[in-house]
Amino acid sequence: MAKKPAKKPDVETTGHSWDGIEEYNNPLPRWWLWTIYATIVWGIGYAIAYPSFPLPGGAFPGLLGYSSRGAVEADIAKVEAQNAPLVARINDLELTAIASDDQVGEFAVQGGKAVFQTFCAQCHGAGANGAKGYPSLIDDDWLWGGTIEDIHQTISHGIRYEADPDTRSSQMPAFGEFLSKEEIAKLVEYVGSRSGINGAVETEEGKNLFLDNCAACHGDDATGGREVGAPNLTDAIWLYGSDPETLTQTVTYARQGVMPAWSGRLSESQIRQAAVYIHSLGGGE
Amino acid sequence: MGILDKHGAIERNATLLMVLSLIVVSIGGLIEIVPLFYLQNTIEDVEGMRPYTPLELAGRDIYIREGCYVCHSQMIRPMRDEVERYGHYSLAAESQYDHPFQWGSKRTGPDLSRVGGRYSDNWHVDHLTDPRSVVPESIMPEYAFLKHTPLDTKYISDRLKADQMVGVPYTDEMIASAREDLLAQLDPYSDGIDTLMAHYGDKVVARNFDSQPELTEMDALIAYLQVLGTMVDFSTFEPAASR
Repeated sequence: MAKKPAKKPDVETTGHSWDGIEEYNNPLPRWWLWTIYATIVWGIGYAIAYPSFPLPGGAFPGLLGYSSRGAVEADIAKVEAQNAPLVARINDLELTAIASDDQVGEFAVQGGKAVFQTFCAQCHGAGANGAKGYPSLIDDDWLWGGTIEDIHQTISHGIRYEADPDTRSSQMPAFGEFLSKEEIAKLVEYVGSRSGINGAVETEEGKNLFLDNCAACHGDDATGGREVGAPNLTDAIWLYGSDPETLTQTVTYARQGVMPAWSGRLSESQIRQAAVYIHSLGGGE
Repeated sequence: MGILDKHGAIERNATLLMVLSLIVVSIGGLIEIVPLFYLQNTIEDVEGMRPYTPLELAGRDIYIREGCYVCHSQMIRPMRDEVERYGHYSLAAESQYDHPFQWGSKRTGPDLSRVGGRYSDNWHVDHLTDPRSVVPESIMPEYAFLKHTPLDTKYISDRLKADQMVGVPYTDEMIASAREDLLAQLDPYSDGIDTLMAHYGDKVVARNFDSQPELTEMDALIAYLQVLGTMVDFSTFEPAASR
């Protein structure tokens, strides 16, 4: 079927001609043309209103005085102003009175949960159940104390966190440097016997080794000492594991877990909220 | 129409079209770029910034080699949610010694520009060895081999020198003692620690980062991660609003 020759439209050509091919000079659709005019006007208005082009003395700041730094500051200030009465009350109240307070109790627990999920969950777990080397916060076994004041102190200043002079600190010696392998094996056996694990049997020699080397921190009865963060060795809760191999490693090389101090990163109110939340998880004293 | 009718001459001459296009693009580019070099309010000097120590720099190279930047940005934008999660928004000056900078635009993992001091060294070892041992929902790959890979310090002086050539203020003395400084940072009681602090300031954190006696790539990477975002003290920093 032969094509009908195209009807010549009523428009001029641009006058360009390449090998006899000509270009019609169709006008742009009006809506398109007016849209581009509108964007040009908008662009000029935007450049006047907002920081835009460089001038010799500095960038033109714009008539609205907008800056992204100012905007984020205003944004933060607005939320802070909103929460100011609650935050002030949290900071004024005794730590022990926050959770049961009518006005801020729920706010503090939920706020503390948000803080915990953002900053603490990476080590202690989203459910605060801990991991190997990172203590569970939902049981009643506390290394450094489980009162709300103790928890507040730990969050604020951390544990063995060099950059904070008020950090909680203690140093378990690496007994591999003073004791022989046989002596360490006896110690491990004795520690196992105290909590009834590994089928361990108490020996007089192991006991003496324990009293000479470990009792100063862990106590004569191995129930631990909170002033130095020494764990109770008679219960079933083991931070690094309780099999003989892990215990041998612990005694030989020592364990010195580090927790960062949060007082520089979080506000006092956030730390208080986190302490209230952690205390409320079930193990708080 | 005069001169406008002459465009045919430009369109028919490829070389002329190219040269004139280049001129037009250059004018646009120069107007955008040149002011950044002379406008005082684009050049912010911030107290506390120092060049990376050799160990941190070696760790930074491992960070780049392993492609950490593919999933982690180092740029906290000035928005409330980011500031609340990650800390103070990033300043241009904080990446002034980064060649190349690691701002990134893709966050599969979290932003790392202020990760320094946020976790313990042991956590970093655990997390890099097996991310899911501490963060069960993590999809990060394992980098356990870093613990067993000795750090190659052979070219560390040259590495500093390369940065010096692009404007990082390493002195010739720092370059000469790069290897000693690198080793000193692994032991706060070493002989070289005073030189290290004299070169890089007494805020430098020196310790055995991976708790192993050997110098490994894990040491270097953790040293780098632990310094990120810690150089500027934001408790005393007053931002100029117009930057």
